[in-house]
Amino acid sequence: MDQAAQSQNQREAALIARIKAGDRGLFYDLIKPYQRTVYAAAYSVLGNPTDAEDAAQEAFLKALTHLGQFRSEAKFSTWLVQIALNEARLRIRKERKGLYTSIDEGAQDDDGEYFPMDYADWREIPSETLQRKELKEALQRALAALKPIYREVLVLRDVEHLSIAETSAALDISEASVKTRLLRARLMMRDALAPGFDGSWSMGSPTYKKVRPF
Amino acid sequence: MTDRNILEISCEHAIQQISAYLDGDISPELRARIEAHVRNCRHCAAVLDGTSNTLRLLADGRVLDLPDGFSERLHARLAAHIAAE
Repeated sequence: MDQAAQSQNQREAALIARIKAGDRGLFYDLIKPYQRTVYAAAYSVLGNPTDAEDAAQEAFLKALTHLGQFRSEAKFSTWLVQIALNEARLRIRKERKGLYTSIDEGAQDDDGEYFPMDYADWREIPSETLQRKELKEALQRALAALKPIYREVLVLRDVEHLSIAETSAALDISEASVKTRLLRARLMMRDALAPGFDGSWSMGSPTYKKVRPF
Repeated sequence: MTDRNILEISCEHAIQQISAYLDGDISPELRARIEAHVRNCRHCAAVLDGTSNTLRLLADGRVLDLPDGFSERLHARLAAHIAAE
């Protein structure tokens, strides 16, 4: 652990001790740096912003209620992510209750090997393109279209920068599974994005037709 | 090291290692083989570059910005929760 992470851990441990001792108002300071991570974790399961916000906020309330159960050997951010993932999954189970059949029975199993769908060349990202609303929307569409098992590893690892070990702990799956799912998730994201990468994300554009002529 | 000294790998093998390659989670020997492969294979080079670009876009984080007003709503809910404890 580097020095910055160590001093952050100490700061958190001190805050947690004071909150447990009754200074409840400090909880907001404790979780403030993790709002985006917890929201992203909930989004990774649910795939839409409204449900993700509900689940994330509920997860923070549960974290406060159950702070007494947090063990200092664990990483606080990973503990929060686990609560958010559980809260999000609980919502999916509640939603499904009462349905005659599950829509995607078995969809949580790993699929077989994945191979890229096309080989559209995509060497350059002009930096101004990163600002574009269209690009952000294309990323969000591609992310929302992934199955949860792939979206979860991709968001935790590639958006929130958890390590392989932290992702494995948060999702309670092996590191080998994290790596397998991550490869597939990354290739699927590339497949979804590469053909549209012509600055306009428009299927009718000449560049799109060039990279995907058929 | 020239390409001739490196054992060739198939496209399939190269693609299966792309994720580990981008994470730096790979042996120097396999890294060299993948790099030799993509120098000679336009398709795998495109997949590698595109996947690397995808990661750069995701890492930027803006794809999952908090909804407007998220922090204010959270703060209010926590304050109400604490007041009711």
